[in-house]
This record gives sequence, C-alpha cells and structure tokens, in this order.
Amino acid sequence: MEQIQTPHGVPLKKQIARALFKQKVRALLLIAPLLIFILITFVIPITDMLLRSIDNSIVSDTLPQTTTVLETWDASTGELPDEAAFAALYHDLKQAIEQKNHTKLGTRLNYESSGMSSLFRKVGKDVSKMQEGISYKEQFIAADKLWGNLKTWTLLKVYSPKYTNGYFLAAIDMKKTADGAEMLPASERIYLNLFARTLFMSLVITGLCLVLGYPIAWLLANLPMRTSNLLMILVLLPFWTSLLVRTSAWKVLLQQQGVINDILVWLGVVSNTGRLELINNQFGTLVAMTHILLPFMILPLYSVMRTIPPAYMRAAKSLGATDWTAFWRVYFPQTIAGIGAGAILTFILAIGYYITPELVGGTQGTFISNRIAYHISSSLNWGLAAALGTILLTLVLVLYWVYDKIVGIDKVKLG
Amino acid sequence: MIAAPWMRDSLESFISLGIPFTERNMKLKPIFAAVSIATFSSALLAADMAKEMTVVSWGGAYSNSQLKAYHEPYMAANAGFKIINDESSNEAVAKLRAMAEAKNITWDLVDVEGPDSQRLCDEGLAMEMDFDKDLAAGTDGSTPTKDFGASLINKCFIPQIVFSTTFGYRTDVADWNGKKPEDLCAVFDTKTFPGKRSLEKRPKKNLEWALLCDGVEKEKLYEVLSTPEGVDKALAKLDTIKKDVVWWSAGAETPQLLADKEVVIGSTYNGRLFDVIEEKKQPVAMLWDYQIFDFDGWVVPANLPEDRKARVLDFLKFATDTQRLADQAKYISYGPARASSQPLVGKHATLGIEMAPHMPSNPENAKRFLVNNIEWWSNNEDEMNKKFEAWLAK
Repeated sequence: MEQIQTPHGVPLKKQIARALFKQKVRALLLIAPLLIFILITFVIPITDMLLRSIDNSIVSDTLPQTTTVLETWDASTGELPDEAAFAALYHDLKQAIEQKNHTKLGTRLNYESSGMSSLFRKVGKDVSKMQEGISYKEQFIAADKLWGNLKTWTLLKVYSPKYTNGYFLAAIDMKKTADGAEMLPASERIYLNLFARTLFMSLVITGLCLVLGYPIAWLLANLPMRTSNLLMILVLLPFWTSLLVRTSAWKVLLQQQGVINDILVWLGVVSNTGRLELINNQFGTLVAMTHILLPFMILPLYSVMRTIPPAYMRAAKSLGATDWTAFWRVYFPQTIAGIGAGAILTFILAIGYYITPELVGGTQGTFISNRIAYHISSSLNWGLAAALGTILLTLVLVLYWVYDKIVGIDKVKLG
Repeated sequence: MIAAPWMRDSLESFISLGIPFTERNMKLKPIFAAVSIATFSSALLAADMAKEMTVVSWGGAYSNSQLKAYHEPYMAANAGFKIINDESSNEAVAKLRAMAEAKNITWDLVDVEGPDSQRLCDEGLAMEMDFDKDLAAGTDGSTPTKDFGASLINKCFIPQIVFSTTFGYRTDVADWNGKKPEDLCAVFDTKTFPGKRSLEKRPKKNLEWALLCDGVEKEKLYEVLSTPEGVDKALAKLDTIKKDVVWWSAGAETPQLLADKEVVIGSTYNGRLFDVIEEKKQPVAMLWDYQIFDFDGWVVPANLPEDRKARVLDFLKFATDTQRLADQAKYISYGPARASSQPLVGKHATLGIEMAPHMPSNPENAKRFLVNNIEWWSNNEDEMNKKFEAWLAK
C-alpha cells in the first residue's frame, strides 16, 4: 500500500509522530517541577529506606578477608574454621578498630544474636594485646570463649553476603540459620499477629466509619441549605482540630475515672468498683480512630450523594417501590462510587496509623506502625523497620489491586 | 599570607608604637611576621568559638533545672553567646544517626541516658572525651576521673546526675484498710494493695523487679535473666499483675495517672514524683525500696566543626564543675554525679526545703537499690524486647 505523504514529501505518519512528540515534551516540561519534587522528596528517600531492608554490606565491608575465607568453610561439619579464618579476622579487626567500625558491626550482629554487641566492643582491647607468631585461634578463644563457639562463626557466615533476606524473615517471625529459615519459638513471635491485628482493626474501623458516616452524609446532602451548613461545620470542626487534642480528649472521656465512667456510676449502671475499661485496649483504639477518620468517609460520600437528583427516588416510589426498595435498588447503587472512595481512603489511612493507637491502644490495640516506630527510634534496627514497612506497603498495594478487581477503581469518585 | 594594604598600614603603625624610628626598618620584617601571626591567631581564637549552640535535652522541669544552673550563668559570663534549646532527647539516638548519615549535624550537645550514650559511642556517633583534660577538677582537688568515679560508664559520656526509677503510691486508697506499701513486693501484692499499677512498657527494670519479688537474690539477677527459664520466671511473676497494669511510655504518665486516681501505685523517675508530692501537693508518697539507679549526662556529637567543638568543650568544662552540678539540685531532685558536689547540695530554690532527703542517693532512701546493668542490657535488649512484646500481646 502506498504511504500517505504531506505536501513536503514527508510520510504523514512521521509528521504526526513528530507533532505529538513536541506536544509530549511540552507537557513533560510543564509538570517537570512537580516530577522532580516528587522524585527528590518521595521516591528517592522511600527507595533508599526500602533498600535498607536487604542491605547487609556492613559485615563484608568491615570483615572483607574473613568473609572471603569463610566462603569455603562448611558450618555443618561442626568444626570451627581453621587458623586462616582467625588470622583474617585479626587483620580485618585491626583495620576496623582503627576506623572504630567494630562496635558498629557488633550492634548489627546483636540484632541476630544476643551477646555480639559486647563481644565486638571487647575485641577492641583484645586485638591490641594479641601477638603475631602465636596461633590467632588460641588467642581469640582465650580472649573470649564466644570466639570458640560454632554459633558465632555460623552467624558470621550466614550474614556474610552483601544482601540478606534476614530482616524480612525477622519481620514474619522467622530466623535465618545455617540450614535455612525457621520459625521463631512461639514465645518470641510478634509480627504476624500484629499484621493480622492491624488489618482486622483497620477493616472494622472502615466498617464503623461507613455505618456511622452514611446517614450523616445523606442528611448533609438532603437537608435544607441552612441546616446542612450547620451540620457540615459540625463535621469539619473536629476535622480541623489537632489529632493529638482529639486523642487526648478521648483519654479524658474514656478512662476509668473519666467522664463516661463517672456518668455511668452516677446513673447506677455500674458500681464504683466495677468501672468499665474503655481505654488502653482495642476498644479505645476503635473508638478514637473511628472518630478521627469519620470525616474522610463522610466527605466523599457527601460529594457523591449531592449529585444524585432527588427525582430518582420519587420516580421509584411513584412506580410503586417501597421506601426500602427505592433506597436499596435506586439510591444506594448510585452511592457506591462514594463508598468506594471513602472506604479506600479510610482504610489506607487506618492501616498506617501511629499516634492514636500509641496513646490509647494499651497492649492489645497497637498497630504494626507502632513497632516500626519503635525500631526506627528506639532499637535503631532500621533494616527491620524497613522490612516491616515494605511488607505493609506491599500489603496495601495488593489490597488496592484486589479492590480494583472487585469494585473497579474507575468507579471510585471523590465528587 | 597576602595582607590587604589597609591591614598592613594599621599593623605598621601598631608596630611602630614601641620601636625607635631608626630601628624600625631593620626590625620590621621579622616583627611584622611575628605580630601578624600573633594577632591573626588570637583573632582566630575569639572567632574560634561558635556564637550559638544547640543543646538537646528532655524538656519540662529537667530542662529548666539545666537552664537555671548551667545555661544562664554561662550566658551571663559570655555576652553575645546564645543557647538554643531543643527537647528531642527522647529520640536523640535515632536523630543523631540520621544527622550523621545526612552529614549535617545541627546539634552541639545532647543530654542522654547512660545506655543510650553507650550505643552512640558504639556507633561512633558521639565524640570520645579525655576527661582529665576536658573537664574541670573537683573543688576538693580530685581529678575528674576520680571525682566522677563509677558514673564514667564509657568514653563518650559526661555524667550530670544520678536518677532513679522508683515507685510512688497514693496515700488515700480506702481499699488498703490503712496499710501502706513498705517494700517493692507490694507492687505485686494485689490482695493487700488492690488497684491498678502503672509500669513502663519495656522489659528493662520490670524483669529485675519481678525476679526480686520472686525470691531471686540481687547478686544473681542477671545470671538468672541470662537463661530462658529465668526470663519465663520473671514474665510469670508479671503475669500475676498483668490485668492490673497500665503501661506507660513517657515519664510524665505515671504522675498524671496517680493524680487522676487511675492507678494506685506506679513506677517513674524520682524527680517526677518529687514534683507531684512536693510541688503539686498530691496525696502521693515515695516507695524507694529497690529503686534502680541510672546516670544521665551529656554527649557531644562526633565530627563537629572546630569552632562549635571548641565552644561545646568550653561550656562543658563550666557546666560540669563541682558548683554547677550542685546548683542543679536546687531545682530538681536528682543527685549530682560528682562526689565533690554532694556536700554542696542545699535547699530547693523556690520551695525552700532541704534537697538532700529527696536525693535517690540519700542513705535513708538507698537502703536497697539496683544499678542498671548497661552491658547486659546492651547485649540482650533486642531479645528481651521480642519476648516482652510477645508476652504483652498474649
């Protein structure tokens, strides 16, 4: 087939492509500031943080010779590595001590096995006293018998590679050993449980928000302007109030000597000694978070409901539908888009919530984000925090995908 | 060195002052060089110290005591110098690590607890000190190393105070039928002393207390805790009061919970309890039995620029001398870390009461006590935390 050409003899296809390309470049340039901003402040830091969940270069960087020697050592023989490994360790440590890196490595390895922290702190003094010419193996073991323990060397070998799945295993209550991964004893498992609790409670909170928010949104959309404006202010006022203030207010209301318990005692519903425990447990987290996240459900619902003409309901009723049928068959399907938007917004906010569960959650009402914060700011195990964060992010993305398959993301509407 | 013409002129006229005119040309060169080096280096010295310093501490009454005892007198003696206060000590370790990674250290001096200083030192985030050179000798002539003694727990840590974690209880609980808690194990005795307790939401200190009340001797505590059975034993003891415990994570919570009658006994730092009892006049009393001692002090972030480092060292020498440490006790009931400061502890600045009886180290209060084993906890905290969290979630 002959190609269509422009008067200048250029194929039309090429000409169109050229014009489109120019358009694309122009569009790209227009959004470039935003793209660069997002890249620098969002994508790069998050990627960096996520990479920490597999980064393990500290071991081979601090002990380069030792890790190379250990490659040929087989832990399953049950025998300690030979003199060469100890000599390599001596030379590596000498270097590390000069740069004061040995204690850092001790902190890193202590996440995996208790005792490494002080072993490496102490080795600083031990190595300076060691003499060349005598067996390093004997000198190390004489300095600390942990060096003669198979577990120490297995640990070094297992964590020799530059990248590790150790943090991810730890994040799902597993442990890396010489023979592969195994579950931790039941008395040390925490994370799987926490993930399940976070998911479950976020779902319950989303459900509560929907049940409580739907009627309010309906009122907002259907009341006369003046009343609905007042109602709108009532919805927005808490939304504008500081999160901490609202959480603390719940503390005052819900605690055992708090307002609600006082009223119940005064009414004689509960006895003074049998005051209800309403806070520092799951109930406290559910109440406070539902209250805090309610506007995120109401607002999308309202903006969708406002666009539904009241004539539809009237038409349904005039055609003989009962109130319920008219609502369920005519009105409700039209609000699905709002429910979708509100639910996904509430759920995603809830799953990563930190401060409210921390303040009112006690021991049973805390979320996975509280553990992430703990590892970032207290234990300093940033690798594990990154692994937990990555899992949480993946979970959200998977749920989003499932949501898209079931509800369809194109149906979600914010207004 | 190329000096600007105006600079050379003024230097020449300056030099010419004391030198006979005839000799001037002959001697000018060497003297010019010598003087210019002298003036130049003294000018550098003055500019050598930063004009500002960011000090990080815990906030509240504690920061206030430092402000009154250290910062204000130092600023009064150094006109034009300013201290910026930051209250982030809670997250100091994490933030210092982040700053070091970003290679932009904005803090000059950080107040941390002993165990945190150990971690900062291990990670190379805190500067190692030369105590006898960097700190002032005691007023009794003792060297800093001797004067601070056991509180010098590592090379990076400059101690200020000894504080303790101990219990306070309400004195008006009707259910106790007039009985008063007299020893630590009252905390675990919910029959005689019913009501809620508040404990810190971490294994440290709670495990030790639980074992002590389970019949383990003080000397064998960490030996027992080093075995899995020992930890189970401690957790089993805590199990007996688990349903009665409110867990806290900030030191201010227990005083609030006690004041609100939410709990009847609770652990917290002794200075916070002093505040509730003596300043806020709440019906609360101290239960000093088996208080756990800890040190709190300064660390200097590693790799500070020279001018800021010089300033910090100058401040530190002043702020940790015998008198300054004793002065701090006028504002808060924490004991000075220097032996030579002890006899100088006087009365509270506003309440006018003698502070010595409120010090954790007062012999009457320290009949039985524990010292936090930093080494053991630095090795075992991660593991204990896992077990403790799993236990809490059960």
